[in-house]
Amino acid sequence: MEKLTNRAAPVNRDPITFGEKIYLPAIAKGLSITIGHIFKKKATVSYPEEKRPFSPVFRGLHILNRDEEGRERCTACGLCAVACPAEAITMEAAERKPGEEHLYREEKYAAKYEINMLRCIFCGYCEEACPKDAIYLSETIMPTNYTRASFIYKKEDLLIPDPKNKEAK
Amino acid sequence: MQLLQVDIWFIIEKLILITVILLGSLGIAMYATWGERKVAAVMQDRIGPARAGLFGLLQPLADGGKLFFKEEILPDRSTKFLFIMGPALAMLTACMTSAVVPWGPDYVTQTGRVVSLQVADINIGILFVFGVVSLGVYGVMLGGWASNNKFSLLSSIRAASQAISYELAMGISLVALLMMTGSLSLREIVSQQHGFWHDGYFTWNFFKQPLGFLIFLTCSFAELNRAPFDLPECESELNMGYHQEYSSMKLGFFLFAEYINLFISSAILATLFFGGYNFPFMDQVAASVSPLLFTIICVLVLLTKIIGFILFFMFVRWTLPRFRYDQLMRLGWKSLIPLALINMLITGIVVLWVIK
Repeated sequence: MEKLTNRAAPVNRDPITFGEKIYLPAIAKGLSITIGHIFKKKATVSYPEEKRPFSPVFRGLHILNRDEEGRERCTACGLCAVACPAEAITMEAAERKPGEEHLYREEKYAAKYEINMLRCIFCGYCEEACPKDAIYLSETIMPTNYTRASFIYKKEDLLIPDPKNKEAK
Repeated sequence: MQLLQVDIWFIIEKLILITVILLGSLGIAMYATWGERKVAAVMQDRIGPARAGLFGLLQPLADGGKLFFKEEILPDRSTKFLFIMGPALAMLTACMTSAVVPWGPDYVTQTGRVVSLQVADINIGILFVFGVVSLGVYGVMLGGWASNNKFSLLSSIRAASQAISYELAMGISLVALLMMTGSLSLREIVSQQHGFWHDGYFTWNFFKQPLGFLIFLTCSFAELNRAPFDLPECESELNMGYHQEYSSMKLGFFLFAEYINLFISSAILATLFFGGYNFPFMDQVAASVSPLLFTIICVLVLLTKIIGFILFFMFVRWTLPRFRYDQLMRLGWKSLIPLALINMLITGIVVLWVIK
């Protein structure tokens, strides 16, 4: 049979020698390895103080984006909900009233926008599907919580703060 | 009337000494748990407990507090009295051994009073240690048997047979040492190892009995139930072994007794083979510093040696895999006992014909 790799080594089945029987050389060798490890660099990352950088393609918690004037970009087309393989996204659309032009960019907007983070698999298809550049996956890890209800993120939880008017939701 | 005369200072002195040694060994055992976790961590490229206090130094307190507040479970079918007695006995015997270890040289006060830093200088010191240590396995045995659990029972059988097998080799290796020293008193053995170099040879027993030391050390691993000989608590086969049914502070006592034993056997090893509180150039040091300071230095030297041994025990634990049970028995009966006997024979010949 052809070998899969050329790394295979034959097993040594010789009876153990006296030197191996008294264990001591092997113990000394083992100790030298483990004691050597004491002085090596530690692999631990003390998490809340120290954070490892994410890779550039990391997909974390979602955000709903605004445009340069601070208006919501989402037009409640529902493409993200359709693209979502976990069916985590639900939304309700509403029509923009006159006088709300400073709040919503398009004529239609999402009155309700919910993502169930327990369903979400963070695949990022919603981000790809969005024609209005409204939804993005940020570099934040989803925080844990005690209740299931708290994992259903509302529009207020997802929307980024208004760059012009930081107080308004 | 001499018999009835009570030296009140003697009693006070001993009481203070007992308190200090007991608290000291408890404290060292406590920090040995921390040390063990740190050693395990750094050997595996981790950093170990670091959250509780500076460098995780409050970790033992946190562990102790946790154990105290856990639920106390007495198994329904257990033999209640023996079940409780197991950890109590383990703890008691662990604390008793420190009585005969000489922690430092005699301190002579200005008034000429001699203060001995040994709780009891009994002339059979080392036999006392052996007796108490072999009692220690009863704690494990009773605890394991009283749990009414087959894993615990198997584990206590293992503990008993392991202790018996290795005590033999340990005793015989010690006989060789005792033939050289000619005394069973630990105080006498330590004072024979005075300094480091005398008459063209090392004074420490390690250099006179290297094989005996090696056998004694190996047997201490087995007596302490520590890896690579921790067969009684082999989690992969026996599922925690004799402390499976234990919870709360009773479990804590078992674990704690193990660390006190670790401390005491390191002290015994240092005393018997590494000169106890003796250190090189001690006469020059004694001449140049005050007696009190000299005593403190001696105690610190002994403590350093003890901590060295404790660290060695830990290094070995986190290096070697556990022996299989038949390998353990083979090593004990077929290797260590014959080696110890040969060692004894050679020592006897040397003592009889060479040294006279």
